[in-house]
Amino acid sequence: MKWFLNNWDQVLQALAEHILVSGSALLIAFAISLPIGIWAARSTRVMAVSLGITGVLYTIPTLALLALLIPIVGLGKTNGILAMVMFSLMILIRNIATGIRGVPPEVVDAARGMGMSGAQVLRRVELPLALPVILAGLRVAAVTVISITVVAAYVNAGGLGTIIFAGMSNDHTPKIWVGALTACLLSVLVDVLLSMVETRARRATQ
Amino acid sequence: MNLLAQTWDLLMANPARFGAALWTHVLLSALALLAGAVIAVPLGVRLALSNRNALLAINLANVGRTLPSLAVLALAMPLLGTGFVPSLFALALLALPPILLNTYTGVRGVDADVIDAARGMGMREAEITRRVRLQLALPLIFSGLRTAAAQVISGATLAAYIGGGGLGEFITSGVAMMAIPQLLLGAIPATLLAIGVDALFGRLQKTMTPKGLLTT
Repeated sequence: MKWFLNNWDQVLQALAEHILVSGSALLIAFAISLPIGIWAARSTRVMAVSLGITGVLYTIPTLALLALLIPIVGLGKTNGILAMVMFSLMILIRNIATGIRGVPPEVVDAARGMGMSGAQVLRRVELPLALPVILAGLRVAAVTVISITVVAAYVNAGGLGTIIFAGMSNDHTPKIWVGALTACLLSVLVDVLLSMVETRARRATQ
Repeated sequence: MNLLAQTWDLLMANPARFGAALWTHVLLSALALLAGAVIAVPLGVRLALSNRNALLAINLANVGRTLPSLAVLALAMPLLGTGFVPSLFALALLALPPILLNTYTGVRGVDADVIDAARGMGMREAEITRRVRLQLALPLIFSGLRTAAAQVISGATLAAYIGGGGLGEFITSGVAMMAIPQLLLGAIPATLLAIGVDALFGRLQKTMTPKGLLTT
């Protein structure tokens, strides 16, 4: 506690960095997953192939993936963010595709009958109706990415893991407590916040 | 490719050390998963059958699922010390939420008509739980075990930080010294182990699904 009071600025900085790294990874992963997810919603084969590949990525142990990237991209934020993107693709693609697939065909037919083009149907009917499922995926991905960021501090990606690792290597218990508890708090908070957004979206679509 | 050759040479030069690390990794993961299952499956069934405390436990499990693995392992250090046993505790804790949540959802999801039919056939409550509810929940329970297994194997690579041993040791020392072959000697087998176990659980999940439930 005393260490925290004397070093709160350092903790806050690590927290900000943690959010920034996790947030960028999530944004990149979502930008990649959205077109693939939409495509996978249209084609069973694309769905099977994309989930097959990203599913394998998803099972790789975090630390192993970070390590495997070192010979390719070296240490640093690029390594960490790349690993996080590879990890969250499966969750995001799966939820985007299943979300769109879950839209009742009658609704899509009705939109077509009203003269909407394919792009319009997607943007104004399918995506809004799939939103709760997509948000659920985003929530799981966000929590996953925050968890990976903790480990990624070992490959110099920064964030709260830096404090944990410093505490473990110097046997400085307060640092371990503060780093680990702040990381736990962050993921629980993000999870609760995003689940609230998800609930609101679910109510809005009903 | 040169790096892979060097990694192979390193493996050939240290077969005993590699074998010990792999064994520790497998043992740590298997025991943690077993402990998680032994606690979470009965607990999940009980929570699904009685409404008491179910909401609280499910919320707790949901929170538990979001906790970063490394944070949990790191907290084991000041609380339990370093080594194999503290790592095992932390990993078992990580295995609990997915198994508990899936068991609960699986047992809850059993069709009320099916239970009625079983009752009508003269089955007693305990029998219904064992032979109907658990059977029908099995696919979901296995998918929970599969998730937990992936998490535990991944977590076990992190156990090296708190002296738990395993393949993570090669990775951490390899990163610390920037010795790529050594790092790969930990990372490649850990990856293969995770993918292999996941495939195995996928298979098991399929064979465990009662024939009547196979839709796809």
